[in-house]
Amino acid sequence: MNLSRQGHLWLATRHRFARIWQGIFLFSTLFALAALTTLLVTVINQAFGLVAVENKVAPSTLADRPLEQLSAGELEAILRDRLNSNRIRTLERNLGPLTDMPQERLYTLVLENVVRPQVVESFTLYESLTQRTEIITEVANNHPQAVIEWRNWLHPRFITTPMNPQPELAGVRTALLGSLYLILITMLIAFPIGVGAAIYLEEYADHRSRFNRIIQTNIDNLAGVPSIVYGILGLAIFVRALGFLTSGAVFGVTDSNGRTILSAGMTLALLILPVIIINAQEAIRAVPSSLREASYGLGATQWQTIWNHVLPYALPGILTGTILAMSRAIGETAPLILVGASTVIFNDPNGPFSKFTALPIQIYNWTARPQAEFRHAAAAAILVLLAALLTLNTAAILLRNRFSRR
Amino acid sequence: MQSLPTQTHTDTDYAIEIKDMDFYYGSFRAVKNVTLAIERQKITAIIGPSGCGKSTVLRSINRMNDLIPGTRVEGQILFHKQNIYDPRVDPVQIRRAIGMVFQRPNPFPKSIYENVAWGARINGYRGNMDELVESTLRKAALWDEVKDDLRKSALALSGGQQQRLCIARALAVEPEVILMDEPCSALDPIATLKIEDLMRELSVNYTIIIVTHNMQQAARASDLTAFFTMDEDRAGIMVEYGRTDQIFTNPRDKRTEDYITGRFG
Repeated sequence: MNLSRQGHLWLATRHRFARIWQGIFLFSTLFALAALTTLLVTVINQAFGLVAVENKVAPSTLADRPLEQLSAGELEAILRDRLNSNRIRTLERNLGPLTDMPQERLYTLVLENVVRPQVVESFTLYESLTQRTEIITEVANNHPQAVIEWRNWLHPRFITTPMNPQPELAGVRTALLGSLYLILITMLIAFPIGVGAAIYLEEYADHRSRFNRIIQTNIDNLAGVPSIVYGILGLAIFVRALGFLTSGAVFGVTDSNGRTILSAGMTLALLILPVIIINAQEAIRAVPSSLREASYGLGATQWQTIWNHVLPYALPGILTGTILAMSRAIGETAPLILVGASTVIFNDPNGPFSKFTALPIQIYNWTARPQAEFRHAAAAAILVLLAALLTLNTAAILLRNRFSRR
Repeated sequence: MQSLPTQTHTDTDYAIEIKDMDFYYGSFRAVKNVTLAIERQKITAIIGPSGCGKSTVLRSINRMNDLIPGTRVEGQILFHKQNIYDPRVDPVQIRRAIGMVFQRPNPFPKSIYENVAWGARINGYRGNMDELVESTLRKAALWDEVKDDLRKSALALSGGQQQRLCIARALAVEPEVILMDEPCSALDPIATLKIEDLMRELSVNYTIIIVTHNMQQAARASDLTAFFTMDEDRAGIMVEYGRTDQIFTNPRDKRTEDYITGRFG
């Protein structure tokens, strides 16, 4: 080709177009990255920072060491010393004898009932780092009694203690356990049913029959139904109609209605079923027909072919879809509100028939509270939710990589 | 379901008899009026231009086309005097007795050992699996190349080795007939020659039917040749069937002659 005559090929224009498109794609990626960073920065900004605390009783007047280091006996002595006998009796009636309690529980009780710290003012991470002197003067003017201290709203105690009406004592233990329990039930129901349905639809169902086409269209559409609708469905079916089952009444559980962790798990399972089915179908469809033919050619039955070749080949894809579905389920709030997640609950879930709350519910509840301190707790809870999500996803991805084709 | 006799050599002169076979994709007749008797322990080549239905006929012999929805066979294909399209016949049993090697090497994404052993295992083989794997790989002329890494993935082998592994895999379930659908079309000339040598060795014990685009291959490697072409209505038909040297040196039909001398449209 005569290189001097290539002007008519519009090469410069074509290259310029390519660069423009490349720029657009790069911009999209950067935009997404910026949005994600903003989210994380905002949350972290709320989760750490200075607080001004006013104690009703200064801890230094109770003991000569920090309260955490006191033994169970010493803490119990403080409680008996500082509280009147009626209050002690009420506590023991609700929580059991003080003598039997672990040190940790007693410490919380001392804080709640004796020290009674109150966060009178709180600041974000950014303010705390950049305007420290202003904060100190402002607090000194407004709350002369208050002590300024650094507060990690996300700290180990936050994860191990249950919900508390006082924001500085509140934790997410109940919500975290509830979320994990919920996701376990959801996956136990949704994964086998979803993969089973995908296998049937891809391998056995006659694609030309009208009935199967209707089913397929419905599944595709169900994947886009708003989650609140699933909440209504769950309320009607699992909480109300099947209440005798989901409350555990037929299994001899008496102190419960249908608003249990089981109902919620089944509702979330319904919600993510279409996602799992569609992804699993996609993965099964991607299995090369040459692999199926090789298997059939050796005299394998359809089931042997599916079990030994199609499923192992499709498993990484199926698990990818399941991971996406799981991520969606763990963040769902609306259907849980409808099926009756508790907003204020102090007891760990102890079985499928227990009342429960979940992290998104807890976060939603805390952000709606008037006290500013709860918003810091909500930020910390968001970090816990993200960490839980990340942990579950990592576990699932490691599992998937184990099954991946070598 | 009737069970098929497993002993060969006794009941007929032919391994497989195709009688007046028509093949339909939906309402389209892709193959018409094929009558073809395959001799035992011979290599029969099916040649012809693209789209003449030779692969369709081959895949009908072990009911592989059952996997494609909307297809239908009319006429008969006899195997041990039994029509394999009889509703009482289980295609799984047919495919075990009539093995297949495909156009592109398609080993399972498993180890070399597992590729050979799997078919035998699912068919209820109870003997010594290590011995079976070794003897089968030897039959497929692959043992010396892979004996030290039987646990390696089959996908790590070269294309020619993969295709011989696929032949070994087919042999492991002890079929009577082996169907080969253009087995060398994805291979280089040296790998192709190895497969042809292997076919020659296998034809002592097995009946082999091979579809090929490569006329030299048919001339070199087969005992009998069937020439297929497309009719005016685009249906595949069989034009001529006979000994390979006769087809290539003295074809009876003008269309065969045009094709093998390269004058085909």
